[in-house]
Amino acid sequence: MRRNRRLAALSATLFLFLAACAENAPQDTLEPKGEVARKIADLINPVFIVAGVVFLLVEGLILLVIFKFRAKPDAPEPEQIHGNTRLEVGWTLAPALVLLAVAVPTIATIFDLAKKPDNAVNVTVVARQFWWEYIYEDLGVVTANELRMPVGRAVELKLNSIDVIHSYWIPPLGGKMDVVPGRDNRMHLVADGPGEYLGQCTEFCGDSHANMRAKAIAMPARDFDAWVAEQKRPAVTAAAGTPAEEGFTVFNQRGCGSCHTVEGVSNGTIGPNLTHFASRTSFAGSMFDNNDTNLRKWLSDPLGVKPGNKMIIPGGNLSPDEVTKLIAYMNSLR
Amino acid sequence: MSSVTATSGSHVEIDPGHPPTSTGLSNEKVAMWSFLGSECLLFGALISTYLLFKGQDEPGQISPVDVFDIPYTSVSSFVLLMSSLTMVLALAGIQRGDHRRTRIWLLTTALLGASFVAGQAYEFTVFVREGMNLRVNLFSSSFFVLTGFHGAHVTIGVLMLLSLFSLSLKGKLPTSKAETVELVGLYWHFVDIVWIVIFTLVYLIP
Amino acid sequence: MAIVTPPRPEALAPEQPLHTPIRFLRRPTGYTKGVWGWMTTVDHKKIGIMYSATAFLFFLLGGLEALLLRVQLGAPDQTFLRADTYNQLFTMHGTTMIFLVIMPLSAGLANYLLPLMIGARDVAFPRLNALGFWVFLVGGLFMYSSFFLGGAPNGGWFGYVPLSRSIPGHNMDYWAFGLQILGIASLTGAVNLIVTVINMRAPGMSLMRMPIFVWMSLVAQFLLLFAIPIITVALFLLSFDRLFSTNFFNVSAGADPLLWQHLFWLFGHPEVYILILPAMGIVSEVLPVFSRKPLFGYQVMVFSGIAIGFMGWGVWAHHMFASGLGPVATSAFSASTMFIAVPTGVKIFNWISTMWKGKLTFTTPMMFAIGFVAMFTIGGLSGVTHGVVPADTQQTDTYYIVAHFHYVLFGGSMFGLFAGVYYWFPKFAGRLLDEKLGKLHFWLMFLGFNLTFGPFHILGLQGMPRRIYTYPEGRGWDVWNLVSTIGSFVIAASILVFMFNVWKNRKPQEVGDDPWDARTLEWTIPSPPPEYNFKEIPLVTSRDELWHRKYTEDEHGRSVRREVTEAQPTLAGTAVEPAPPEGHEGPDHVAGKAGTGDEHDGDGEHDGQAEEHEEHIHMPSPSYWPLVTSIGLPIICYGMIYKAWLVAILGGVWTLGSIYAWALEPATAPEDTPDHDPERGHDEAEAVHA
Repeated sequence: MRRNRRLAALSATLFLFLAACAENAPQDTLEPKGEVARKIADLINPVFIVAGVVFLLVEGLILLVIFKFRAKPDAPEPEQIHGNTRLEVGWTLAPALVLLAVAVPTIATIFDLAKKPDNAVNVTVVARQFWWEYIYEDLGVVTANELRMPVGRAVELKLNSIDVIHSYWIPPLGGKMDVVPGRDNRMHLVADGPGEYLGQCTEFCGDSHANMRAKAIAMPARDFDAWVAEQKRPAVTAAAGTPAEEGFTVFNQRGCGSCHTVEGVSNGTIGPNLTHFASRTSFAGSMFDNNDTNLRKWLSDPLGVKPGNKMIIPGGNLSPDEVTKLIAYMNSLR
Repeated sequence: MSSVTATSGSHVEIDPGHPPTSTGLSNEKVAMWSFLGSECLLFGALISTYLLFKGQDEPGQISPVDVFDIPYTSVSSFVLLMSSLTMVLALAGIQRGDHRRTRIWLLTTALLGASFVAGQAYEFTVFVREGMNLRVNLFSSSFFVLTGFHGAHVTIGVLMLLSLFSLSLKGKLPTSKAETVELVGLYWHFVDIVWIVIFTLVYLIP
Repeated sequence: MAIVTPPRPEALAPEQPLHTPIRFLRRPTGYTKGVWGWMTTVDHKKIGIMYSATAFLFFLLGGLEALLLRVQLGAPDQTFLRADTYNQLFTMHGTTMIFLVIMPLSAGLANYLLPLMIGARDVAFPRLNALGFWVFLVGGLFMYSSFFLGGAPNGGWFGYVPLSRSIPGHNMDYWAFGLQILGIASLTGAVNLIVTVINMRAPGMSLMRMPIFVWMSLVAQFLLLFAIPIITVALFLLSFDRLFSTNFFNVSAGADPLLWQHLFWLFGHPEVYILILPAMGIVSEVLPVFSRKPLFGYQVMVFSGIAIGFMGWGVWAHHMFASGLGPVATSAFSASTMFIAVPTGVKIFNWISTMWKGKLTFTTPMMFAIGFVAMFTIGGLSGVTHGVVPADTQQTDTYYIVAHFHYVLFGGSMFGLFAGVYYWFPKFAGRLLDEKLGKLHFWLMFLGFNLTFGPFHILGLQGMPRRIYTYPEGRGWDVWNLVSTIGSFVIAASILVFMFNVWKNRKPQEVGDDPWDARTLEWTIPSPPPEYNFKEIPLVTSRDELWHRKYTEDEHGRSVRREVTEAQPTLAGTAVEPAPPEGHEGPDHVAGKAGTGDEHDGDGEHDGQAEEHEEHIHMPSPSYWPLVTSIGLPIICYGMIYKAWLVAILGGVWTLGSIYAWALEPATAPEDTPDHDPERGHDEAEAVHA
């Protein structure tokens, strides 16, 4: 019995200690970085506290009962109590009232978050296995992998999928919404301040579901406008005699344009629009940071590094030389 | 103290020592009612799916108004309805001990049921000829699956009826086993009621 | 294992069978022993053991799958498992644990115990009962055969469309058809147990005198009865889409993928109550015995179980809060989800009150039962937080959800089921499990369980999604994933302890009828029970019938052992009042049982009935038709999957033909007259063959 007591106390302490530790987590849901996420956190934090109190009460009662009523050798038989109506009513009503108190602000928040925000930037998010396309229809911009947004202003996302159900989630900015083919689900996000906010697809969508990451980049309004302007510029033409031009040749020879759009060059609709590829911080569904090492890994064997993705290069994988040239071309597409 | 004989399985024996059931109904009867309860959910899910898809196809695609022949289906519905009547007569027969009557009505019920299924099969071939098969659109898929499941249930019912008929012929369906006929009857009436619902929701209501 | 049959009396040697010359086609008899005896048994107790043992084997498989997943996730960017392998493993882990472990283990215990607890000799339809087990077995084997035939199901245990309808290969066909087969087992089992409980209760056992495990199992069976047809339809629609290109979930034809989710969760939510209610029933049996007090608030516990059963139909879309249902629908389901916590919470308080002022002994079953209460509370609380819809849009599809359901399904159902296994093991097997090893199992499992799944709460709130085969560095998830992986191996160790315990105590022991000093009817008969269960059908005069036969109460309401345990009251000439009509239950027992005491002139337990036996107890005969019928089902399914229509038709003919042969076979074979003479049989029952 004494050993049980010590063990119980030890486990409890250990658990509390472990619970206290938390590393920095960029996809943390409890560190809101925008108004939507903050409304959610403001709603759930008191609920967590209530749940914690109930937890301590119930587990405490269990521990109390275990220690207080253990059989002692000469103790008499217990009284055969069958029930107590008042207690039953009490512990039916009390939780019901607590839950009512939770339900009311919950429903209020549901409706509040369902309201369309004013003065939002409209973006259509097209989810595909395994990357996100962002179409700013009003602004005439098409990009991929990164949701660029102005600080302090809502983006209203219209979610479409062309294949299976995905789910769009940037936890520091807000909750998730499923992207269901055939439906127009909508959500909005706001960012308090500039920075990169990480998320990922949260509805199992196939082999590389784990690799379908998301990123939102919030910028001051002026920078956002500048970005828009940059995205609307035509594609950079590679200067003759440069490695970039050799890459351009590879791009055409190997048929990249059959899947990818580079404005003025090709009109593919399977893969991301690459017109301003070099302006992005990540690629391949934000699975990789945009640098030469990763580009080499990717271009050398896309299916090997990201199973199940749709980049099946016509004619088989690229040679190392082709990859080098192509990297130069990609880097030129600012 | 009376002998405690625990007989169970699909036969109801009149056994003076058989312990009375807690409800007074036989195990088999309670089982059939329970099973029919679950069948309600089965058809409920299929019917709901059909209703959810109703009107969802693009205009211009094949739709009920293009293929349904209400008079024809009304006749086969009537046939099925009548089979419920003959089923009742079959049950009355065996309860009265008139086994010849029982066999006549059991066979009639089976034939009426078979006619219904045959009529449906013919109706389906017409639909297919008119360009409506399983995979054309939402309406066609949900229609064929719903009515197909129902038709399969009728077919199983017909097989059960023919089995009873055959048992009776061999003298293995005495009046003491009347409840077996009653339970098959319950199943048969259920299948009939489901058809009434389907006919109304699918065929009659536009 | 033992087949308890009395020796064949010469005068009653069975006749030569009338028809079949081929020996093995002859219908097995009550004397048939060995493997064939087990394969043809219709005895609910043997069937219960087979269900439970098979479920345990699948538990090991599902656990192995889990360990592989945890090894892969123990550190970021691991390449121990490929993506597709991982997807197969997590799909099969979930499918296995739900459909091949918890459900059949609950069914196994219900099968064994329900007739004993209500004073019946068997279930209503013994051969149908056997069918349920064999169909379960072939269904599980069918599903697992996929590992060797192109790959196991890989679309998640929930199979969302459009993904599941378009995954190439046959993996998801095995999933859909396998579940259909298992659904048949569940549905037939549900009908059987419902009829048994409703119709075969011993005289005097009104509904409100039934042990609470019977009640909770009954509610679960009703949930199965109505939920299984819904998933049956959903799976047919999916299979038709995959095989015949129908349009049920074809988005380009205008279908809405949410239809699948609605159908699936209309089944899926009642399903989770199917998974938890039997375990709740077990806890409600175990806690009173080891607190030496009755269950606190029996009526409330019954009604809250029924309430949970009803309300469970109204919350399904809480699995769809992020799918875009709109604020009105999500608000409605948020409210219903919160309020189903009320009857659930009531149970927790009643369990604690059962122990309050009790005299607690911490046997292994008691520890698992208390563990259930403690762990289920955590799972229930996290469940309530899911009901806060805006928060759920952060929580859903993350490890926070995985934490919730493992706390309720493992910390809840599995702990409850282990409590049941340890509690009833002496009754099933006639041997006690080692208490020290049992306690070691408990503590290791408790520690391992919390180490594995506790961190999932944190991981989920830190943004780790589910169903991902790997994760990158720098997300802050590394430490907790490692802790969880270590915890999973501690769980594995605990299971080895359990298996060692069972193996170590494989020799029969003298445990007696009632080693725990328990409260319900199954402890009035030998351990293990004879095939016919009760020498005489008991007459029940109160709830906790056995307790009232052993104990009376003093003026403070404390139990006082009677000098003479009240014998089985007899039906004839008794002074006992009949049970009041249903619904008019006042006290939970009937006063005035003194009449039965007068009929005893001796000191024996079985006085007053020994003289009356010239009759014999006829039990239904074994049959191989359930086994044969079950084999037809995977044949149909293999034929369908590979579009080998002839094979499918052959399977259909096989199944139908077997059902015919079964229907025409009498429940008790005329030439099978094993003499279940209780007087003789009782002595022979002690001779157990290993």
